[in-house]
Amino acid sequence: MIFVGLGGIFGAISRFLLGKWLTSKTSGVFPFGTWIINISGSFLLGFLAILNLKEAIPEWTWFLCGTGFLGAYTTFSTFGYETIQMLQSRKTKNALFYVITSVILGVFFAWIGSLIGDVL
Amino acid sequence: MNKCNCSWVRCFFGSILRFMVGKAIPSQSGFPLGTLVINLMGCLFLAWFFSITAKQKNINPNLILAIGTGFTGAFTTFSTFSVETLNLLKNQQYFIAILYVTISIFGGIALAIIGTKLVSLDFKIKRKTRGES
Repeated sequence: MIFVGLGGIFGAISRFLLGKWLTSKTSGVFPFGTWIINISGSFLLGFLAILNLKEAIPEWTWFLCGTGFLGAYTTFSTFGYETIQMLQSRKTKNALFYVITSVILGVFFAWIGSLIGDVL
Repeated sequence: MNKCNCSWVRCFFGSILRFMVGKAIPSQSGFPLGTLVINLMGCLFLAWFFSITAKQKNINPNLILAIGTGFTGAFTTFSTFSVETLNLLKNQQYFIAILYVTISIFGGIALAIIGTKLVSLDFKIKRKTRGES
């Protein structure tokens, strides 16, 4: 359980730093930071989950990197909050695009990650 | 430095709480109820928290960062949501996959809206009681 917590610290800090950097690079109308973080995290977790399923990695690695790091790196609550902020400022199209692409690309990249994990 | 340490501790507990709640609420015939409950609770809390702290001026911004971005952000998860949906699709449990995504998204948005509304309701009640006394 300590591994989950330690991974969580690094995951959340990475999310904060990368999110801040990505937001500074973009216009701020669309939450690219969380968008890229959630999709990249889904890809990596898809990859790790297959390795864990195949028992190719020790259990502590899964707890540290999978449940801990990637679980904390990606976030659902900020995703929800950003969506309602766009809805409340009547940027319905942006909100729809954000939700649909996050879900579809998240699952798609998790699948790509699992395929890569399968080949290894 | 102290403030930084504080937010690290909150990220630590956010992840561990997610792990424990996930363990306490097992999947119901393939439906990932644990992650759903975690993400929905996080959406409600974060929207409420960000709205209430936005209305109060004398709150340390580092505390908002530690509890909002750190704790709640680490508590909820998008990657597990994606991988669970993928696994449901792989197992050909299409109905459960669609149900999971729909409830997560619409439930998350609805609870986030409720979270922000709770704040304005709270302020209205306070103003009323202040007016009467």
